[in-house]
Amino acid sequence: MAITRDNVLHVAKLARLELTEAEIDRMQSDLSGILDYVNQLSELDTSNVEATATVAVVAAPFRSDTPIPSLPHDLALKNAPRSSSDGFAVPAFVDE
Amino acid sequence: MSDVLDLTIADLAERVQDGSLKARQVTQAALDRIEATRDLNAFLYVAREAALAAADAVDAKRARGEKLGKLAGVPIAIKDALCTTDAPTTCASKILTKVGETNSGGTDPEHGFRAPYDATVVARLRAADAILVGKANMDEFAMGSSGENSAFGPSRNPWDKARTAGGSSSGSAVAVAAGLALGSLGSDTGGSIRQPAALTGIVGVKPSYGRVSRYGLVAFASSLDQVGPFARDVKSAARILEVISGRDPHDSTSSEQPVGEYEAACSRDVRGLRIGIPEEYFGEGLDPAIAASVKNAIGELEKAGCSVKPVSLPHTKYGIATYYVVATAEASSNLARFDGVRFGLRIENAKSDLTALYGKTRNAGFGAEVKRRILLGTYVLSAGYYDAYYKKAQRVRTLIKRDFDRAFEAVDAIAVPTSPVPAFRFGEKVNDPLAMYLADVFTLPASLAGIAGLSVPCAPTPAAGNQPLLPVGLQLLGPAFAEERLFSLAAEVERRMGGVRRPPSA
Repeated sequence: MAITRDNVLHVAKLARLELTEAEIDRMQSDLSGILDYVNQLSELDTSNVEATATVAVVAAPFRSDTPIPSLPHDLALKNAPRSSSDGFAVPAFVDE
Repeated sequence: MSDVLDLTIADLAERVQDGSLKARQVTQAALDRIEATRDLNAFLYVAREAALAAADAVDAKRARGEKLGKLAGVPIAIKDALCTTDAPTTCASKILTKVGETNSGGTDPEHGFRAPYDATVVARLRAADAILVGKANMDEFAMGSSGENSAFGPSRNPWDKARTAGGSSSGSAVAVAAGLALGSLGSDTGGSIRQPAALTGIVGVKPSYGRVSRYGLVAFASSLDQVGPFARDVKSAARILEVISGRDPHDSTSSEQPVGEYEAACSRDVRGLRIGIPEEYFGEGLDPAIAASVKNAIGELEKAGCSVKPVSLPHTKYGIATYYVVATAEASSNLARFDGVRFGLRIENAKSDLTALYGKTRNAGFGAEVKRRILLGTYVLSAGYYDAYYKKAQRVRTLIKRDFDRAFEAVDAIAVPTSPVPAFRFGEKVNDPLAMYLADVFTLPASLAGIAGLSVPCAPTPAAGNQPLLPVGLQLLGPAFAEERLFSLAAEVERRMGGVRRPPSA
């Protein structure tokens, strides 16, 4: 199944990737090729097959509900491109 | 090559433990050799000062009369996808550079993300007195099979510098193959340890899902990712796996299964073990020289007293399609955290709103293959396509897993080629994503099933014309948590192949 330009723009928006014009063309062609290949999965009848989401052998064990120290504030902000005293600084995103 | 870097891990650790070698001396030899082989581009960051300080600490510990750990003074390279407090972590991506206030640093590994904690595997290596010499190059975010997707240039294969070292753990493989470190850690999501090990002629282990903690491993596809070791010989790889394995409260997927005696298993008799040979791995597309080497190695296991019988893994051919849906779906979700807000690169100007900040930062920070996989993963999870692609792939994953479950009712292990082709040249596949994905055909099914696997060298390809001798990997697969058995078989193959071979340039 061929991927349209609109498909690429839609998923790029969902994925928060601001692609260039050249990238949009390239991705349209690459994704179409890959999905053509992936379509071979439709040869298989899987109507009675359960989905595998994880291959963990046993269920994850519980841990005790005991508070432990979390990452110190200054350490958490250390790698931030822009921070203010109380957190990560971002452009305003709520209209005043 | 310096003599100390030629030792096995057990021999080197013993000499550091008994004081006949100083950790400082070993570390200096490794750092000198790393400096002399910069053209291989195995490392994104060399932790010179931290390594020498760690070596001095190990020597001081011995001087105080304290007992040294199992990796005393052993130089180890760490894939740059694993968090380290004393060295930057970039995943070979520009999005984890220019770190800190005002994004003042450069887009290079030196200015990479500084993790506030060590990955559990890194902490366990340090606790065993290993010396971490640097962060190894890789395909960006572990996406690739050649190392060519690194934002900082590919690693070169020491067997032929015009060829790739495989991937994604390319630098971890090259560091060991070229003798820059005695061992290294990589991560394997669809073959990223086994395939580069095969292409560089060393041992690489993908442990069972849950065997090793992923805490501090930058996540790619969480239902597949496993950390594992590389080494030049089987026993050295076994020792590293013993050190890093085991339950970790910080990773709820890590198993409580007791850690095996992997090193001791290397000396166990393999007589009576049943080896399955699936015809699906020996068909069209397999390099004839690789087929010959692998069949020869299987013959050696027969001589050692193993029985060999055919098994069927009928859904093998669907492994690639299944993997590239499941893994990209999980990656598109995992990589959402790289948003330009909390760490790494940020592209913004006075007029930026938050959406523009996300879109511009992510498009500038991620390379082409990462964007391709994020888009593919987003597509297969999006409304209207979820059932047709993602759900479908999860169902086929069940069929692939059942193939292995059935086979392991009749055999103890499966022997196949690790890669259908030897190390390929730069540029050969990098512009055709599907051709690159096909390189993983023999490693993906075991990842999807979560079972144990390793690659062990099984003699170089016989010379054809003027071609250089290129290594070939035998892949041994076993049921989940059957690592001990795989080490016994791999050690037998290694002994019968005449031991470790070195690349001409190392």
